[in-house]
Amino acid sequence: MAVTERNYAVAGHNVTKVDGAALVCGSPKFALDVELPGSLVGKILRSPHAHARIKSIDTAEAESIPGVACVLHHGNVPRIAHTTAGQGWPEPSPYDSFLFDSKVRYVGDQVAAVAAVDERTAEQALRKIRVEYEVLPPVLSLDEALAEGAPVIHDEPDSEGIYDATRNVAAAVDIPVGDVDAALGRAEATVEITCEIPYSQHVPLEPHCVLAYFDEDGRLVLRTSTQVPFHVRRIVARVLDIPMQRIRVIKPRIGGGFGVKQEILLEPVAGALALRARRPVRMAFSREEEFVSSRTRHPMRVRVAVGAGKDGMLQALEMEATSNTGAYGTHALTVLSNTGSKTLPLYNKAPALRFHGRAAYTNLPVAGAYRGYGATQGYFPLEVAMDQLAEALGMDPVDLRLKNHIQEGETSPIFEKIGEGREGVPQVVRSCKLAECLQVGEERFGWREKRAAPRHSGPWSYGVGVACAMQGSGITGIDMGAATIMMTEDGSFRLHAGATDLGTGSDTVLAQIAAEVLGVPVEKVTVYSSDTDFTPFDVGAYASSTTYVSGTAVLRAAQDVRSQILSVAAGALSQPAEDLLLEGERVRAPDGQSLTLAEVGHRAAYVVDQHQIAATASSVPQESPPPFAAFFAEVGVDRETGIVRLERMLGVADCGVALHPDLAQGQLEGAMAQGVGQALFEELGFSQRGRCVTTNLLDYRIPATLDVPDLQAVLLDSYEPSGPLGAKSIAEIGINGPLPALSNAMYHALGVRLTRAPFTPARVLEALEQGR
Amino acid sequence: MKIQFELNGTTHYVDIDAGESLLNLVRRLGALSARSGCEVGDCGSCTVLLDGRPVRGCITFAAKAQGRVVTTVEGLGTMDDLHPLQQAFLDTGAVQCGYCTPGMILVAYELLTKEEDPTAEQIRDALAGNLCRCTGYRKIVDAVQLAARRKAEGLWR
Repeated sequence: MAVTERNYAVAGHNVTKVDGAALVCGSPKFALDVELPGSLVGKILRSPHAHARIKSIDTAEAESIPGVACVLHHGNVPRIAHTTAGQGWPEPSPYDSFLFDSKVRYVGDQVAAVAAVDERTAEQALRKIRVEYEVLPPVLSLDEALAEGAPVIHDEPDSEGIYDATRNVAAAVDIPVGDVDAALGRAEATVEITCEIPYSQHVPLEPHCVLAYFDEDGRLVLRTSTQVPFHVRRIVARVLDIPMQRIRVIKPRIGGGFGVKQEILLEPVAGALALRARRPVRMAFSREEEFVSSRTRHPMRVRVAVGAGKDGMLQALEMEATSNTGAYGTHALTVLSNTGSKTLPLYNKAPALRFHGRAAYTNLPVAGAYRGYGATQGYFPLEVAMDQLAEALGMDPVDLRLKNHIQEGETSPIFEKIGEGREGVPQVVRSCKLAECLQVGEERFGWREKRAAPRHSGPWSYGVGVACAMQGSGITGIDMGAATIMMTEDGSFRLHAGATDLGTGSDTVLAQIAAEVLGVPVEKVTVYSSDTDFTPFDVGAYASSTTYVSGTAVLRAAQDVRSQILSVAAGALSQPAEDLLLEGERVRAPDGQSLTLAEVGHRAAYVVDQHQIAATASSVPQESPPPFAAFFAEVGVDRETGIVRLERMLGVADCGVALHPDLAQGQLEGAMAQGVGQALFEELGFSQRGRCVTTNLLDYRIPATLDVPDLQAVLLDSYEPSGPLGAKSIAEIGINGPLPALSNAMYHALGVRLTRAPFTPARVLEALEQGR
Repeated sequence: MKIQFELNGTTHYVDIDAGESLLNLVRRLGALSARSGCEVGDCGSCTVLLDGRPVRGCITFAAKAQGRVVTTVEGLGTMDDLHPLQQAFLDTGAVQCGYCTPGMILVAYELLTKEEDPTAEQIRDALAGNLCRCTGYRKIVDAVQLAARRKAEGLWR
């Protein structure tokens, strides 16, 4: 069977999720579903101040409490500069973090940690730690951070890789292509807009948690809720100063990640406590800690200027981003870079481009990786600017996008100019069905008819808006995924993948790829992911990489195993291997003879030329094919109260071949719902002293069933030539659409632009007031 | 103190702490499908059925189970013998990370004992207190509607 053809037996079908039956039965699969005898509970003491030096710390009373095993703080652990960002190597984020430091940089920062026999004792011990602080003036906004003479947040001498610590600048980027100022000056139509995205949080239903224990050889085992088990191993080895060989990281089922579990947060603390106490330690963030002390989206202020001719062809595109990375610079440079690199290529017709920006430190919670990874922050103003431009030119916003978007066989200079914290790699787009996404979307949505005029009914006004987006599929030349496939002598297979299924369904998709190549139903592939002792290396689940990068590794391993099977069968059937066909769990010869896979497996294991049929393959992406999508939204706004209701949202995407359509649709719909939350109500609030005041799911609402009543994803038929079985990514793109689509829909309904997310009733009323 | 109650068909006579939550109790008795998501009753991941009615395990005292029947998804079906409602969640792609799924299934189970043929609005209303961050909810609503159809066809227990 030629796998480059599209008549797949397994891929492209909605097979049963490989871990589905266990999940609907609630089987004990998550990190803390395991109890170990003698386990201690670990808890963290957190800073009450936004910016302070620790003058002294007295743990004597805490340590004297019966049941307290140990207390760790900056005075009794090694001081090793590192980044908590689970990224590739060399690490693009600055080394500005320490397990515990003598300075705290936000309310909720790590001061000390306790291990005790139970939660109550651990909490009691936290209350007995005496800390004397010298309170420093805090920096609580981007403007304060970048002002002349601002307090310096990272004044320690031993941090590395900070762009300009004395000015609180963690990272900076300036990429010009041509002369954008001149091109903007010449353009017949120009628009400019600045949009702001606030602090928002991923809210995985399962907060970060880890169980640290020791194996029979005394090696440290971390069973942890992570997206990046191999990066956990590397960073924990660095922070605890122990050999990587002495660490095993197990990733069980994960209760959602969305980027927040691309951070190494609890693992080094639990590891250090376990090593000190010589006992297992379990730790979990409370929901409050998840909000305050894990990671958030980078709040950003992004300005976009667009210049075009009367015909609507873009001539100049400028984007300037000012990003708030919070107290530490984890992902500061790469999120900032992505704000430009994942947005500007969408409209590649503009010959003059510029992306520039800075990421500043503040004494506020730490921003990190969050689905969309900067692109979400860039698409908000870019797609609002396109709506403005369409209005200025008297064009339909769909038509303006059709005229300007990148197409198959085209490129953008941005691909080469901006990469992952360094230069990028040139790339030609080989699959792009964005025009079809727009056309199918506008038809199903009834766009032209609804766009003709907004509806009004009493105080309610209804409008529609559109937005487009792209993303990537993994990180070119940096990501690496590997997989091992072994045949069992009964004709089944074991797929060991370093790839990290965090609820996305990637185990199922990888099994489908293997099953497709090996001519078996997916049930014959047992997936094991991921365990640094027993699965090959994989950078982990981020940057929309797993299907494309890890999937290619699985494809290659499966192809290798397939040829080994054919070779064994060739011996048994006395036929040349190239004449044999593997399908339907049999190897067939042209003369009608055949062998079952069990017979092949048995022969290799026990009979002739005995050996293990197995292969390991790796994949490093040489390009990062973007998925594309168009989003259509209809909102109702109560002009008297400012209440906004999402009436309908449709997302139409090109993700190449959807290897599992239900799972791919689920990714897109889930990301869209998360984007709707960001547009309508998700925002961390702070007191005047920088304390986060939205620390539960009532004060920080995420969309529930009634908030997203009619939200649907459609996947178009597409094929990515460089992808495994024609696939590219789908995980992140959906979160880029709702903010601009809803803002544009509200402009259609009300005639005022909402440029600060979320679009709360107060902001809607304020905008209406200003628009009067 | 000691209480007696039934968990998934088995009667337990157990010691509990006065302040212990029902979530903690069912988890230490091995029903690990109920999971903590927020600790204060906002997310629904810890939902269990108490005498057939959904309650939040994290904010319900274990003592309230005295003399009553507690059900978690472990009591509905097993991996080899799924309950039709569990099967419907699999068939519609309603399961992503699976952390919220047991709670969703239990609330849907109770809804389907009251409503033979619930509308999408009724389903969304019933599930409004159960948060899911993965799916966007559409496929969960589809799952409950599929289960209702199968129940009408007599595929139930």
